[in-house]
Amino acid sequence: MLGEQEIFDRKIEQEIRIEPKDWMPNDYRKMLIRQMSQHAHSEIVGMLPEGNWITRAPSLRRKATLIAKVQDEAGHGLYLYSATETLGITREETIDQLHAGKAKYSSIFNYPTLTWADIGAIGWLVDGAAIMNQVPLCRASFGPYARAMIRICKEESFHQRQGFEILLTLSRGSEAQKQMCQDAINRWWWPSLMMFGPNDDASPNSRLSMQWKIKRFTNDELRQKFVDVCVEQVKTLNMQLPDPKIKWNEETGHYDFGEINWEEFYEVLKGNGPCNKERLEARKKAHEAGAWVREAASAYAAKKNYSFNSPVHGSQPAK
Amino acid sequence: MEANPQSENWPLWEVFIRARQGLDHKHAGSLYAADAQMALENARDVYTRRNEGISIWVVESKNIHASSPAESGEFFDPANDKVYRHPSFYILPEELKNI
Repeated sequence: MLGEQEIFDRKIEQEIRIEPKDWMPNDYRKMLIRQMSQHAHSEIVGMLPEGNWITRAPSLRRKATLIAKVQDEAGHGLYLYSATETLGITREETIDQLHAGKAKYSSIFNYPTLTWADIGAIGWLVDGAAIMNQVPLCRASFGPYARAMIRICKEESFHQRQGFEILLTLSRGSEAQKQMCQDAINRWWWPSLMMFGPNDDASPNSRLSMQWKIKRFTNDELRQKFVDVCVEQVKTLNMQLPDPKIKWNEETGHYDFGEINWEEFYEVLKGNGPCNKERLEARKKAHEAGAWVREAASAYAAKKNYSFNSPVHGSQPAK
Repeated sequence: MEANPQSENWPLWEVFIRARQGLDHKHAGSLYAADAQMALENARDVYTRRNEGISIWVVESKNIHASSPAESGEFFDPANDKVYRHPSFYILPEELKNI
Protein backbone atom coordinates (compact mmCIF):
# COMPACT_ATOMS: atom_id res chain seq x y z
CA MET A 1 0.00 0.00 0.00
CA LEU A 2 1.47 3.33 -1.06
CA GLY A 3 1.52 6.32 1.26
CA GLU A 4 -0.14 9.59 0.26
CA GLN A 5 3.17 11.26 -0.51
CA GLU A 6 4.21 8.37 -2.76
CA ILE A 7 0.90 8.41 -4.64
CA PHE A 8 1.34 12.14 -5.18
CA ASP A 9 4.96 11.80 -6.32
CA ARG A 10 4.02 9.04 -8.70
CA LYS A 11 1.25 11.12 -10.25
CA ILE A 12 3.64 14.02 -10.78
CA GLU A 13 6.18 11.71 -12.33
CA GLN A 14 3.63 10.10 -14.66
CA GLU A 15 2.13 13.44 -15.71
CA ILE A 16 -1.20 12.67 -14.06
CA ARG A 17 -2.91 15.91 -13.02
CA ILE A 18 -3.55 16.64 -9.37
CA GLU A 19 -7.18 17.54 -8.68
CA PRO A 20 -8.52 19.65 -5.78
CA LYS A 21 -9.71 16.83 -3.56
CA ASP A 22 -6.57 14.72 -4.02
CA TRP A 23 -4.01 14.65 -1.24
CA MET A 24 -1.17 17.08 -1.87
CA PRO A 25 1.82 18.29 0.19
CA ASN A 26 1.09 21.42 2.14
CA ASP A 27 3.92 23.32 0.44
CA TYR A 28 2.56 22.40 -2.99
CA ARG A 29 -0.81 23.82 -1.98
CA LYS A 30 0.81 26.96 -0.56
CA MET A 31 2.95 27.51 -3.64
CA LEU A 32 -0.08 27.19 -5.90
CA ILE A 33 -2.23 29.51 -3.81
CA ARG A 34 0.51 32.13 -3.90
CA GLN A 35 1.23 31.82 -7.61
CA MET A 36 -2.38 31.48 -8.79
CA SER A 37 -3.74 34.31 -6.64
CA GLN A 38 -0.88 36.59 -7.77
CA HIS A 39 -1.75 35.64 -11.30
CA ALA A 40 -5.44 36.44 -10.73
CA HIS A 41 -4.57 39.79 -9.13
CA SER A 42 -2.35 40.62 -12.10
CA GLU A 43 -5.24 40.10 -14.50
CA ILE A 44 -7.47 42.38 -12.46
CA VAL A 45 -4.92 45.12 -11.74
CA GLY A 46 -3.81 44.84 -15.38
CA MET A 47 -7.16 46.28 -16.40
CA LEU A 48 -6.27 49.62 -14.80
CA PRO A 49 -3.44 50.94 -16.99
CA GLU A 50 -5.40 50.01 -20.11
CA GLY A 51 -8.75 51.23 -18.84
CA ASN A 52 -7.04 54.59 -18.64
CA TRP A 53 -7.14 54.80 -22.46
CA ILE A 54 -10.62 53.49 -23.26
CA THR A 55 -12.15 56.96 -23.34
CA ARG A 56 -9.26 58.33 -25.37
CA ALA A 57 -8.81 55.58 -27.95
CA PRO A 58 -8.20 57.23 -31.35
CA SER A 59 -11.03 55.49 -33.20
CA LEU A 60 -14.18 53.49 -32.59
CA ARG A 61 -12.42 50.33 -33.80
CA ARG A 62 -9.59 50.83 -31.33
CA LYS A 63 -12.04 51.61 -28.57
CA ALA A 64 -14.13 48.49 -29.21
CA THR A 65 -11.08 46.22 -29.27
CA LEU A 66 -9.62 47.78 -26.12
CA ILE A 67 -12.90 47.30 -24.26
CA ALA A 68 -13.02 43.68 -25.42
CA LYS A 69 -9.47 43.15 -24.25
CA VAL A 70 -10.08 44.67 -20.82
CA GLN A 71 -13.24 42.58 -20.49
CA ASP A 72 -11.16 39.48 -21.27
CA GLU A 73 -8.75 40.37 -18.46
CA ALA A 74 -11.68 40.49 -16.03
CA GLY A 75 -12.71 37.02 -17.22
CA HIS A 76 -9.16 35.73 -16.82
CA GLY A 77 -9.10 37.04 -13.28
CA LEU A 78 -12.32 35.16 -12.57
CA TYR A 79 -11.07 31.86 -14.03
CA LEU A 80 -7.98 32.12 -11.86
CA TYR A 81 -9.74 33.17 -8.67
CA SER A 82 -12.14 30.24 -9.12
CA ALA A 83 -9.27 27.83 -9.68
CA THR A 84 -7.45 29.22 -6.61
CA GLU A 85 -10.52 28.69 -4.44
CA THR A 86 -10.45 24.96 -5.16
CA LEU A 87 -7.32 24.91 -2.97
CA GLY A 88 -9.30 25.96 0.09
CA ILE A 89 -8.88 29.72 0.26
CA THR A 90 -11.97 31.92 -0.16
CA ARG A 91 -12.43 34.65 -2.73
CA GLU A 92 -12.74 37.22 0.04
CA GLU A 93 -9.46 36.17 1.58
CA THR A 94 -7.54 36.49 -1.68
CA ILE A 95 -9.11 39.83 -2.53
CA ASP A 96 -8.59 41.15 1.00
CA GLN A 97 -4.92 40.20 0.75
CA LEU A 98 -4.64 42.24 -2.44
CA HIS A 99 -6.42 45.26 -1.00
CA ALA A 100 -4.40 45.11 2.20
CA GLY A 101 -1.23 45.25 0.10
CA LYS A 102 -0.15 41.81 1.33
CA ALA A 103 -0.48 40.02 -2.00
CA LYS A 104 1.68 40.75 -5.00
CA TYR A 105 0.74 41.17 -8.62
CA SER A 106 2.89 41.54 -11.70
CA SER A 107 5.08 44.59 -11.13
CA ILE A 108 4.69 45.67 -14.76
CA PHE A 109 1.30 47.19 -13.95
CA ASN A 110 2.95 49.70 -11.64
CA TYR A 111 4.25 51.63 -14.65
CA PRO A 112 2.14 54.45 -16.13
CA THR A 113 0.51 54.47 -19.59
CA LEU A 114 1.59 57.91 -20.79
CA THR A 115 0.60 57.82 -24.47
CA TRP A 116 -1.66 55.84 -26.80
CA ALA A 117 1.41 53.99 -28.06
CA ASP A 118 1.73 52.45 -24.60
CA ILE A 119 -1.44 50.48 -25.28
CA GLY A 120 0.28 49.04 -28.34
CA ALA A 121 3.47 48.30 -26.41
CA ILE A 122 1.53 46.62 -23.61
CA GLY A 123 -0.24 44.37 -26.11
CA TRP A 124 2.91 43.44 -27.95
CA LEU A 125 5.45 43.23 -25.12
CA VAL A 126 3.54 42.75 -21.87
CA ASP A 127 0.98 40.34 -23.28
CA GLY A 128 3.72 38.75 -25.35
CA ALA A 129 5.77 38.07 -22.22
CA ALA A 130 2.65 36.85 -20.42
CA ILE A 131 1.88 34.39 -23.22
CA MET A 132 5.46 33.11 -23.14
CA ASN A 133 4.96 32.42 -19.43
CA GLN A 134 1.46 31.06 -19.73
CA VAL A 135 1.67 28.59 -22.57
CA PRO A 136 3.80 26.11 -20.57
CA LEU A 137 1.41 26.58 -17.61
CA CYS A 138 -1.31 24.90 -19.71
CA ARG A 139 0.56 21.72 -18.71
CA ALA A 140 0.86 22.60 -15.02
CA SER A 141 0.42 19.61 -12.73
CA PHE A 142 -2.60 21.09 -10.92
CA GLY A 143 -5.69 20.42 -13.05
CA PRO A 144 -7.78 23.55 -12.36
CA TYR A 145 -4.78 25.82 -13.01
CA ALA A 146 -3.94 24.08 -16.28
CA ARG A 147 -7.55 24.25 -17.46
CA ALA A 148 -7.80 27.95 -16.63
CA MET A 149 -4.57 28.60 -18.51
CA ILE A 150 -5.80 26.80 -21.62
CA ARG A 151 -8.83 29.05 -21.74
CA ILE A 152 -6.73 32.15 -21.09
CA CYS A 153 -4.11 31.36 -23.74
CA LYS A 154 -6.82 30.88 -26.37
CA GLU A 155 -8.06 34.39 -25.71
CA GLU A 156 -4.74 36.08 -25.14
CA SER A 157 -3.36 35.87 -28.66
CA PHE A 158 -5.79 38.50 -29.95
CA HIS A 159 -4.43 40.82 -27.27
CA GLN A 160 -0.91 40.60 -28.57
CA ARG A 161 -1.96 41.02 -32.18
CA GLN A 162 -4.09 44.09 -31.45
CA GLY A 163 -1.10 45.62 -29.64
CA PHE A 164 1.27 44.96 -32.50
CA GLU A 165 -1.24 46.40 -34.96
CA ILE A 166 -1.39 49.63 -32.96
CA LEU A 167 2.39 49.95 -33.04
CA LEU A 168 2.55 49.03 -36.71
CA THR A 169 0.09 51.79 -37.57
CA LEU A 170 2.08 54.33 -35.56
CA SER A 171 5.37 53.14 -37.06
CA ARG A 172 4.00 53.94 -40.53
CA GLY A 173 2.59 57.30 -39.48
CA SER A 174 3.96 60.81 -39.09
CA GLU A 175 7.33 61.59 -37.56
CA ALA A 176 5.67 62.38 -34.22
CA GLN A 177 3.79 59.06 -34.30
CA LYS A 178 6.99 57.16 -35.04
CA GLN A 179 8.66 58.84 -32.10
CA MET A 180 5.74 58.01 -29.87
CA CYS A 181 6.02 54.37 -30.93
CA GLN A 182 9.75 54.21 -30.23
CA ASP A 183 9.34 55.97 -26.90
CA ALA A 184 6.73 53.43 -25.76
CA ILE A 185 8.98 50.53 -26.74
CA ASN A 186 11.87 52.16 -24.88
CA ARG A 187 9.85 52.44 -21.69
CA TRP A 188 8.17 49.02 -21.78
CA TRP A 189 11.03 46.83 -22.97
CA TRP A 190 12.96 46.45 -19.74
CA PRO A 191 9.96 46.09 -17.40
CA SER A 192 8.68 43.38 -19.79
CA LEU A 193 11.93 41.45 -19.39
CA MET A 194 11.54 41.76 -15.62
CA MET A 195 8.14 40.04 -15.88
CA PHE A 196 9.93 36.69 -16.11
CA GLY A 197 11.20 37.16 -12.57
CA PRO A 198 14.69 37.06 -11.05
CA ASN A 199 17.58 35.23 -12.67
CA ASP A 200 17.53 31.48 -12.06
CA ASP A 201 20.28 31.60 -9.42
CA ALA A 202 18.26 34.20 -7.46
CA SER A 203 14.91 32.43 -7.73
CA PRO A 204 14.65 29.97 -4.84
CA ASN A 205 11.10 28.81 -5.58
CA SER A 206 11.78 27.95 -9.20
CA ARG A 207 13.49 24.64 -8.60
CA LEU A 208 10.73 23.29 -6.40
CA SER A 209 8.09 24.58 -8.79
CA MET A 210 9.78 22.73 -11.65
CA GLN A 211 10.17 19.61 -9.58
CA TRP A 212 6.42 19.67 -9.00
CA LYS A 213 5.84 20.43 -12.68
CA ILE A 214 3.99 23.64 -12.02
CA LYS A 215 6.62 25.48 -14.05
CA ARG A 216 8.17 23.76 -17.05
CA PHE A 217 10.90 26.25 -17.95
CA THR A 218 13.11 28.47 -15.82
CA ASN A 219 12.76 32.26 -15.72
CA ASP A 220 15.91 32.74 -17.77
CA GLU A 221 14.90 30.18 -20.39
CA LEU A 222 11.58 31.91 -20.98
CA ARG A 223 13.19 35.37 -20.96
CA GLN A 224 15.68 34.25 -23.60
CA LYS A 225 12.89 32.87 -25.81
CA PHE A 226 11.08 36.18 -25.50
CA VAL A 227 14.16 38.21 -26.45
CA ASP A 228 14.80 35.99 -29.48
CA VAL A 229 11.23 36.45 -30.71
CA CYS A 230 11.10 40.22 -30.11
CA VAL A 231 14.42 41.00 -31.79
CA GLU A 232 12.94 39.60 -35.00
CA GLN A 233 9.49 41.16 -34.58
CA VAL A 234 10.79 44.68 -33.93
CA LYS A 235 12.26 44.67 -37.45
CA THR A 236 8.72 44.68 -38.89
CA LEU A 237 8.15 47.89 -36.97
CA ASN A 238 11.41 49.44 -38.14
CA MET A 239 12.05 50.34 -34.51
CA GLN A 240 14.87 49.62 -32.06
CA LEU A 241 14.91 47.70 -28.81
CA PRO A 242 16.59 49.97 -26.23
CA ASP A 243 19.54 47.68 -25.56
CA PRO A 244 22.85 48.24 -27.39
CA LYS A 245 24.11 44.89 -26.13
CA ILE A 246 21.61 42.84 -28.16
CA LYS A 247 23.72 40.75 -30.47
CA TRP A 248 23.37 37.38 -32.19
CA ASN A 249 25.49 34.73 -30.50
CA GLU A 250 26.55 32.05 -32.95
CA GLU A 251 27.61 29.71 -30.18
CA THR A 252 24.43 29.69 -28.12
CA GLY A 253 22.08 30.18 -31.07
CA HIS A 254 20.39 32.98 -29.17
CA TYR A 255 20.57 36.75 -28.90
CA ASP A 256 22.72 38.08 -26.07
CA PHE A 257 21.26 41.03 -24.22
CA GLY A 258 22.21 43.53 -21.53
CA GLU A 259 21.92 43.29 -17.79
CA ILE A 260 18.52 43.99 -16.24
CA ASN A 261 18.33 46.68 -13.57
CA TRP A 262 17.36 44.38 -10.71
CA GLU A 263 17.46 47.21 -8.22
CA GLU A 264 14.53 48.79 -10.03
CA PHE A 265 12.73 45.44 -10.13
CA TYR A 266 12.97 44.95 -6.37
CA GLU A 267 12.02 48.57 -5.65
CA VAL A 268 8.82 48.25 -7.69
CA LEU A 269 8.13 44.88 -6.07
CA LYS A 270 8.49 46.47 -2.65
CA GLY A 271 5.82 49.02 -3.54
CA ASN A 272 8.01 51.91 -4.67
CA GLY A 273 7.18 51.86 -8.37
CA PRO A 274 5.67 54.87 -10.13
CA CYS A 275 2.04 53.72 -9.74
CA ASN A 276 1.86 51.12 -6.92
CA LYS A 277 -0.17 53.34 -4.65
CA GLU A 278 -2.45 54.60 -7.39
CA ARG A 279 -3.26 51.07 -8.61
CA LEU A 280 -4.17 49.78 -5.19
CA GLU A 281 -6.27 52.85 -4.44
CA ALA A 282 -8.13 52.48 -7.75
CA ARG A 283 -8.79 48.80 -7.05
CA LYS A 284 -10.10 49.47 -3.57
CA LYS A 285 -12.23 52.35 -4.80
CA ALA A 286 -13.77 50.17 -7.50
CA HIS A 287 -14.56 47.48 -4.95
CA GLU A 288 -16.10 49.91 -2.50
CA ALA A 289 -18.00 51.85 -5.16
CA GLY A 290 -19.46 48.57 -6.41
CA ALA A 291 -20.76 47.60 -2.98
CA TRP A 292 -24.25 49.01 -3.60
CA VAL A 293 -24.60 46.87 -6.74
CA ARG A 294 -23.76 43.74 -4.79
CA GLU A 295 -26.11 44.77 -2.01
CA ALA A 296 -28.94 45.47 -4.46
CA ALA A 297 -28.48 42.08 -6.13
CA SER A 298 -28.53 40.34 -2.74
CA ALA A 299 -31.64 42.25 -1.66
CA TYR A 300 -33.41 41.43 -4.91
CA ALA A 301 -32.54 37.73 -4.63
CA ALA A 302 -33.73 37.65 -1.02
CA LYS A 303 -36.98 39.37 -1.94
CA LYS A 304 -37.72 36.96 -4.79
CA ASN A 305 -36.89 34.07 -2.56
CA TYR A 306 -39.21 35.41 0.12
CA SER A 307 -42.21 35.94 -2.14
CA PHE A 308 -41.70 32.51 -3.68
CA ASN A 309 -41.78 30.85 -0.28
CA SER A 310 -44.48 33.05 1.21
CA PRO A 311 -47.91 31.58 2.10
CA VAL A 312 -49.71 33.58 -0.59
CA HIS A 313 -47.50 32.20 -3.28
CA GLY A 314 -47.52 28.78 -1.70
CA SER A 315 -51.32 28.59 -1.81
CA GLN A 316 -51.29 28.71 -5.58
CA PRO A 317 -51.42 25.38 -7.41
CA ALA A 318 -48.04 23.80 -8.08
CA LYS A 319 -46.82 23.96 -11.66
CA MET B 1 -13.56 46.78 4.01
CA GLU B 2 -16.81 45.17 2.90
CA ALA B 3 -19.88 47.08 4.04
CA ASN B 4 -22.40 44.33 3.51
CA PRO B 5 -21.61 40.84 4.71
CA GLN B 6 -24.66 39.50 2.89
CA SER B 7 -23.13 40.10 -0.51
CA GLU B 8 -20.20 37.94 0.53
CA ASN B 9 -22.59 35.05 0.83
CA TRP B 10 -23.70 34.73 -2.74
CA PRO B 11 -23.92 31.08 -3.62
CA LEU B 12 -21.36 29.47 -5.90
CA TRP B 13 -22.71 28.17 -9.21
CA GLU B 14 -21.27 25.61 -11.57
CA VAL B 15 -21.62 26.50 -15.23
CA PHE B 16 -22.30 23.96 -18.00
CA ILE B 17 -22.28 24.95 -21.63
CA ARG B 18 -23.57 23.29 -24.79
CA ALA B 19 -21.20 24.38 -27.52
CA ARG B 20 -23.30 23.28 -30.48
CA GLN B 21 -26.62 21.66 -31.16
CA GLY B 22 -26.22 17.91 -30.74
CA LEU B 23 -23.50 18.07 -28.08
CA ASP B 24 -23.74 17.52 -24.33
CA HIS B 25 -23.52 20.36 -21.86
CA LYS B 26 -19.99 20.40 -20.55
CA HIS B 27 -18.61 21.88 -17.34
CA ALA B 28 -17.00 25.25 -18.09
CA GLY B 29 -16.25 26.74 -14.67
CA SER B 30 -17.89 28.39 -11.72
CA LEU B 31 -18.93 31.81 -10.48
CA TYR B 32 -20.74 33.57 -7.63
CA ALA B 33 -24.14 35.11 -8.23
CA ALA B 34 -27.05 36.27 -6.10
CA ASP B 35 -29.60 34.25 -8.05
CA ALA B 36 -29.99 31.95 -11.04
CA GLN B 37 -30.76 34.73 -13.50
CA MET B 38 -27.64 36.64 -12.53
CA ALA B 39 -25.63 33.42 -12.69
CA LEU B 40 -26.87 32.78 -16.24
CA GLU B 41 -26.12 36.31 -17.40
CA ASN B 42 -22.66 36.37 -15.85
CA ALA B 43 -21.92 32.92 -17.25
CA ARG B 44 -22.86 34.23 -20.69
CA ASP B 45 -20.49 37.20 -20.27
CA VAL B 46 -17.63 35.16 -18.86
CA TYR B 47 -17.79 31.90 -20.78
CA THR B 48 -19.41 32.62 -24.15
CA ARG B 49 -17.85 35.88 -25.34
CA ARG B 50 -16.69 34.16 -28.53
CA ASN B 51 -19.71 32.07 -29.44
CA GLU B 52 -18.59 29.15 -27.28
CA GLY B 53 -22.16 28.24 -26.43
CA ILE B 54 -25.78 28.07 -27.52
CA SER B 55 -27.17 26.90 -24.18
CA ILE B 56 -26.11 27.33 -20.55
CA TRP B 57 -27.04 25.45 -17.40
CA VAL B 58 -26.17 26.82 -13.97
CA VAL B 59 -26.40 24.63 -10.89
CA GLU B 60 -25.72 25.70 -7.35
CA SER B 61 -22.49 23.99 -6.38
CA LYS B 62 -23.95 22.79 -3.11
CA ASN B 63 -26.31 20.55 -5.10
CA ILE B 64 -23.48 18.63 -6.71
CA HIS B 65 -22.41 15.51 -4.87
CA ALA B 66 -19.06 14.04 -5.80
CA SER B 67 -17.48 10.65 -5.30
CA SER B 68 -14.48 10.80 -3.02
CA PRO B 69 -11.02 10.42 -4.57
CA ALA B 70 -9.80 8.73 -1.38
CA GLU B 71 -12.30 5.94 -1.90
CA SER B 72 -12.10 5.80 -5.67
CA GLY B 73 -10.22 2.49 -5.50
CA GLU B 74 -13.03 0.51 -3.92
CA PHE B 75 -15.70 2.65 -5.55
CA PHE B 76 -14.70 1.81 -9.08
CA ASP B 77 -13.33 -1.61 -8.25
CA PRO B 78 -16.38 -3.59 -9.48
CA ALA B 79 -15.51 -2.65 -13.08
CA ASN B 80 -11.90 -3.78 -12.88
CA ASP B 81 -12.34 -7.54 -13.31
CA LYS B 82 -15.09 -7.58 -15.91
CA VAL B 83 -13.26 -7.53 -19.19
CA TYR B 84 -16.14 -9.55 -20.67
CA ARG B 85 -18.02 -6.27 -20.89
CA HIS B 86 -15.80 -5.32 -23.81
CA PRO B 87 -16.30 -6.72 -27.32
CA SER B 88 -12.65 -7.71 -27.66
CA PHE B 89 -13.09 -10.33 -24.90
CA TYR B 90 -14.87 -12.69 -27.31
CA ILE B 91 -12.63 -14.73 -29.59
CA LEU B 92 -14.21 -15.34 -32.96
CA PRO B 93 -12.81 -16.64 -36.27
CA GLU B 94 -11.17 -14.13 -38.62
CA GLU B 95 -13.43 -14.97 -41.55
CA LEU B 96 -16.51 -13.88 -39.63
CA LYS B 97 -17.55 -10.45 -41.04
CA ASN B 98 -19.87 -7.64 -39.98
CA ILE B 99 -19.90 -8.52 -36.30
